[in-house]
Amino acid sequence: MSAIAMRELTKVYPNGVRALDALDLEIADGEFFALLGPSGCGKTTLLRTIAGLEVASAGSVRIGERTVTNLPPGKRDVAMVFQDYALYPHMTVQDNIAYPLRIRKMDRRGRAAKAADTADELGLSALLERRPGQLSGGQQQRVALARAMACHPQVFLLDEPLSNLDARLRLEARTFLKRLQRELGVTTVFVTHDQAEALALADRIAVMEGGRIRQVGTPTEVFRRPANTFVAGFIGSTPMNLVDAEVHDGELAVAGTRLPMPQDADDRVTDGEKLVYGVRPEYLDYSPEPVPGALSGQVVVVENLGSFSLVSLDVPTGDGVMDGVGDAVGVAGTTLQVVVPEGREPEPGDTGWVVPRPGRSLLYRDGELVSTAPAPAVPTARTGVDAER
Amino acid sequence: MNTGTAPAPAPATDPAGEGPTIAVRHLLARIGRYTFLCAVLGFFALPLLWLATAPFDDTPTITASLPQFTLDNFRALLDNPYALSSLLNSVYLAAGTAALVVTFAALAAYALSRVRVPGRDALLYGLLLLSSIVTGTATMVPLFELAFRLNLIDSRLGVILILSGGLLPAAIFILKDFMDSTPTSYEESARVFGASALQIMRHIVVPVVRPGLATVGVWAVANVWGNFLVPFLLLRGPEKAPAAVIMYTLYTEGGQADLRLLSTFSLLYSLPVALMFVFVSSRYGFRFHGGIKR
Repeated sequence: MSAIAMRELTKVYPNGVRALDALDLEIADGEFFALLGPSGCGKTTLLRTIAGLEVASAGSVRIGERTVTNLPPGKRDVAMVFQDYALYPHMTVQDNIAYPLRIRKMDRRGRAAKAADTADELGLSALLERRPGQLSGGQQQRVALARAMACHPQVFLLDEPLSNLDARLRLEARTFLKRLQRELGVTTVFVTHDQAEALALADRIAVMEGGRIRQVGTPTEVFRRPANTFVAGFIGSTPMNLVDAEVHDGELAVAGTRLPMPQDADDRVTDGEKLVYGVRPEYLDYSPEPVPGALSGQVVVVENLGSFSLVSLDVPTGDGVMDGVGDAVGVAGTTLQVVVPEGREPEPGDTGWVVPRPGRSLLYRDGELVSTAPAPAVPTARTGVDAER
Repeated sequence: MNTGTAPAPAPATDPAGEGPTIAVRHLLARIGRYTFLCAVLGFFALPLLWLATAPFDDTPTITASLPQFTLDNFRALLDNPYALSSLLNSVYLAAGTAALVVTFAALAAYALSRVRVPGRDALLYGLLLLSSIVTGTATMVPLFELAFRLNLIDSRLGVILILSGGLLPAAIFILKDFMDSTPTSYEESARVFGASALQIMRHIVVPVVRPGLATVGVWAVANVWGNFLVPFLLLRGPEKAPAAVIMYTLYTEGGQADLRLLSTFSLLYSLPVALMFVFVSSRYGFRFHGGIKR
């Protein structure tokens, strides 16, 4: 059980791809930490660099008290669970779990006992004599976890731990994984491209893009106050509404409507400044009647999502609003999405009004959050956010 | 949507009208196909039938016929001083070559599969192309010269080395394919647990590609077993000659091929390879246990 600290970590592949770009990150002891990002953002490279399977081009990695930057993977005291689990097909479940102990030259009997104990903890006792090919996906995953646990590492590294399971099993495995991590208390880093998985599992999340970390924070921080439009568009089952806005007399002109200035931004903007206004579909209230201070538009699509519906509104562009400004990622233009509880869904073609809930809207300047607090407060970590991108 | 269903019944009436002619054509095609298959089968089965009957025949001819049953041929073969020892010689050569080929091909294929070498594919294809010449008749003169200078004439080692050299490129090519299809995550997970390169090879890679190793081993043995030219030229006396060479010496006093000995020896000559094939395929078979979720 150890903290992990990375300083100026850079990885450039021989073909010139810069997978990690001077990245700083601290992961606390015992933390369940998610590396989240779209494919190609460097999250897997970062995990593999912590494991030692990739050699850093520059910078350092510390695990606990040791600098492990140049140590081979076997000397780092980490265990990794691979996306495909990498269970050895020619070994039984017991031999698979005991393999790390075999490498550590533990005698046969000790190995068998330890493997049986670990298997017991994960409910695998009945499967010890089977081969991986005879197990279901969920069982294979648990064998892989047991194998990682058997050698009592300082750090667990999980590469896309849930992506090989079908949807129902995934929820089950998610709960199981979270409980297991809590019980073991071992520092655990996992990679995922699924924001829901990261939000549900992690104590803290690092959202990555292009080899850099765009935001580090708790799931709540990352969800409520995305530090930039990239994170805003990536986090959440529905991306944040991002609409062009202009400052007028301490108010915001958004799609022809005057909205109150988000509270912590009001003394950081200048009159006439052009910004991007962001609000999550979950934080908008829909009304079929005209309401003061609401954006109005025509309902174009209603998507039923079970207990609620996602309604898309075409909001006509008002005078004070211009197109094509701001980060291209996730800018909704003049389409607004709003979450409507069941039973209150409008029909396509209806005219509707949406009101942002107070304290839940954000402003972005050049893609970065405008806020009095200098980026969401993260006590232990220096974020790698770079405003000059 | 409505228009889509309308034409559907039309094709159903069409074949009904031409029914008989189509049925006849089908029948003729089928007869033709089976006749062809029988001819092909006969072409391959008759020599095997001869191999099964001639050794037990009093007076074998070059055609397969119902034998006048006798075991005298086997007795006569045992009287030949070199017959049985030549089979043993074949085993030496085949086992030696197979061991060398499997070992070095596995190491080379593993390296070529895992390490990024510039021009790797060109190297492999080049080797494959050249290897069809290396043990071929075309290079026999320089190979003989080489063996002579290295003092490897009349030595089993020389034969094994030259045969191995010829088989290695193709073996590497086959095994590299097996290695490529083995996920690297197996080795990476072992590395994270602290396994050394040799441990990974021994504990993980070799067991996982065992079907491939078995394939290459069998293939090498079969190749050496049937090779005549290399041992014929490099081994001087009949004491070290393998079965393929000794078969060439089975003549009657009159200089005619001794069909009684030849057929009997052919049977003994082919049995070990056939048995090995059955054994290996039942023991190592082409199974892959899974364990990687795709």
